[in-house]
Amino acid sequence: MSLVSIRDVRKSFGELEVLKGVSLEVAKGDVVAIIGRSGSGKSTLLRCINGLEAYQSGAILADGIEVGGLYADLRELRRHVGMVFQQFNLFPHLTAAENVMLAPMVVNKVSKKEARNVAAEVLAKVGLSEKMDAWPSQLSGGQQQRVAIARSLAMRPKVLLCDEITSALDPELVNEVLKVVEQLAKEGMTLILVTHEMRFARDVGTNLVFMHHGKVHETGKPKDVFAAPQTPELQQFVGGTAH
Amino acid sequence: MLQFSFWDILSNLLIATQWTIILSLIAFVCGGIVGLILLFMRVSGVRPLEWFTKAYIEFFQGTPLLMQLFLFFFGIALFGVEVSPWMAATMALTFWTSAFLTEIWRGCVESIPKGQWEASTSLALTFVEQMRYVILPQASRIAIAPTVGFSVQVVKGTALASIIGFVELTKAGTMLNNATFRPFLVYSLVALIYFCLCFPLSWCAKKIEGRLNVAR
Repeated sequence: MSLVSIRDVRKSFGELEVLKGVSLEVAKGDVVAIIGRSGSGKSTLLRCINGLEAYQSGAILADGIEVGGLYADLRELRRHVGMVFQQFNLFPHLTAAENVMLAPMVVNKVSKKEARNVAAEVLAKVGLSEKMDAWPSQLSGGQQQRVAIARSLAMRPKVLLCDEITSALDPELVNEVLKVVEQLAKEGMTLILVTHEMRFARDVGTNLVFMHHGKVHETGKPKDVFAAPQTPELQQFVGGTAH
Repeated sequence: MLQFSFWDILSNLLIATQWTIILSLIAFVCGGIVGLILLFMRVSGVRPLEWFTKAYIEFFQGTPLLMQLFLFFFGIALFGVEVSPWMAATMALTFWTSAFLTEIWRGCVESIPKGQWEASTSLALTFVEQMRYVILPQASRIAIAPTVGFSVQVVKGTALASIIGFVELTKAGTMLNNATFRPFLVYSLVALIYFCLCFPLSWCAKKIEGRLNVAR
């Protein structure tokens, strides 16, 4: 059974239709890399999965919850679907540990002591044990993004959505973040990543999705797709970006 | 005829000043509480609540405070409920203050980047939890200076309560003038006392603003 099931989803911003009937199945343990030009709808698709954006027709089932349903329990959904953003979006008035502890304490009603233990565990996982009490402003972009990943992991998500999480980083900081994501993939975390890192998509992804003009244009195993892109659009896209 | 010395005038004014301070404090604290509730409604994203708050703010910002005082003082009396000048002044000033504070605070809340809302939404926080743990702690830092600055307007606004017969500083000044016929002396002192109340507030507001700018 699919963990995330997207069926013929359409979404418009006013006149502009950004998703023109997208369907996608994500099973547990899959690492789905979504690639495509900017404006192809990949970020919008990702944001629809946890209900940050509403869609007009079709259906998205995430962890058994119909995201667009009138009485959808989005809070329950978001407890199990984590998201990491391009701009990190750490809470600047909280330390790294407090950023991680907030949701477990507020949403899951975990005690402060227990939350602190969770924070220590997930921050260790992203290699930031020493930075627990640092403020976001004292951290580099790569460190901030790793705290943001830890913050999502603290909720023990079943799926982690990553929206171009290395795009705002200086080139030398990209790898430390990708390494963390690769480790998560190895541990069996289900990941849906919108990414421009073609090498990473090929090496770590289990599925590759190429989006073009609001549709899934081509999909398959990353190695196959990169080795022999079927459509001229993907050939052009891969030719233009993968080096 | 009773003779009023300078010190008689001053001490009477200072006694009345207590009421100006009490009325200001109550209006500011109650206005703050009502304003906070309105703020939650205003940024809730729930259309009817937003419309109600918008209309409320437009009304209290778009009509003179004096008219609002009259409405509370005479308007409620029409329904057969006796309203004391004290009660009417408190209510009018509270609602008037809340409208302005809500609008000031809305600006502060909206200056918080959208990403903060999105990140906390993704972490399954509810709207009230987001406000409490993520948005307000950041927005309140920005809000302190304009809020303290606005408190000056509240202090000065209490002067209008004199017109419906509430004896605060301005009303006491009018009464002393009627008794002494020394308007220049009396009103100079009244003005001086208002200034002594308001100047520290605006000075604080500037100080806080300056400090926040440096911290950025």
